[in-house]
Amino acid sequence: MAKFTGKKAKKLAGFNTASMGDIVFILLFFFMVTTTMRESEVKVRTDVPKASEVAKLERKDLTVYINIGPPIAAEQARYGTDTRIQLNDSFKTVDDIRNFIASFREGLDEKDRPYMTTALKIDKETRMGIVSDVKEELRRCQALKIMYNALKAE
Amino acid sequence: MTRNKKETPELNSTSTADISFLLICFFLMTSSMDQSMGINRLLPPIPEEDTKVEIQIKPHNVLQVLVDGQDRLSVNKKQIDIRDLKLTAKEFIQNPANDPAKSSKKEENIPGVGLVPVSEAVISLQNVRSTSYEAYLRVQNELTAAYNELRNEESTARYGRKFDDLNETQRDVITKIYRQRISESPPKDTRKNR
Repeated sequence: MAKFTGKKAKKLAGFNTASMGDIVFILLFFFMVTTTMRESEVKVRTDVPKASEVAKLERKDLTVYINIGPPIAAEQARYGTDTRIQLNDSFKTVDDIRNFIASFREGLDEKDRPYMTTALKIDKETRMGIVSDVKEELRRCQALKIMYNALKAE
Repeated sequence: MTRNKKETPELNSTSTADISFLLICFFLMTSSMDQSMGINRLLPPIPEEDTKVEIQIKPHNVLQVLVDGQDRLSVNKKQIDIRDLKLTAKEFIQNPANDPAKSSKKEENIPGVGLVPVSEAVISLQNVRSTSYEAYLRVQNELTAAYNELRNEESTARYGRKFDDLNETQRDVITKIYRQRISESPPKDTRKNR
């Protein structure tokens, strides 16, 4: 039993944690990449207004986004500065919303469909005319749950 | 001197993991918070062609809110400041002095509570096509604030807690007492026929 009482017992082999940081860093990179990839490329400026009574979005996976605003500087040469509607990655018109909503609804579970929310990301300088048209179209598509995106005001 | 050269001091890297964990947490928090906040609304369904039921609402129960093309706000054809809208709406819905010009109340049977006077107020929100979205949302925000405050007052009086802290059934009761009745019709000017 001299093995355990001698000098060797005092020098315990230390657990090498140097690589743990690297592993976590890889995790970190993974999260950074996936969270930025999910966002579709924004082609319109959506500087949403501030509001004090904002509520959080309940189910992000049941949300379809509609962006409305003037095209960003890089797109203005081709699309002008007039207010446009962006669905997914391209400029669309009010009439395209029907198909867009329908295809999104198709991809949802049957039981989740009534909870589908349309988030309207609208630039604050937009005129209400186009917003009303979009809202009317959404009514026709039976997509009645909507949310006006806004920033939390202090 | 010779002893020191043999043992190179190791850098303690145990905390690297912790630091990067903090970074991960930071990224997780910020990426899920990105602007997924807003004001929720429920659009009215399109009425079916053959079932045209005219719902009669007495004119004293309607608060007409209009935002015009210059973003000016008027309530019942009187121009007011946006800062007064919340109070005006609250007073109209609650009508504490039972003013006949403001909304009337109707006794309603709410399960679990019994008969409660419920305001019949309807807020009619109108805008024109050239109203700016910012002004429109500001009005929506104030109206939501009015309802939220009424609900909070009611829930504090009834349960001694804020509306957000109530449980499901209690919240249901309060929502039934102060139901959000904001009616919007599409802008009348240059309405598209499709």
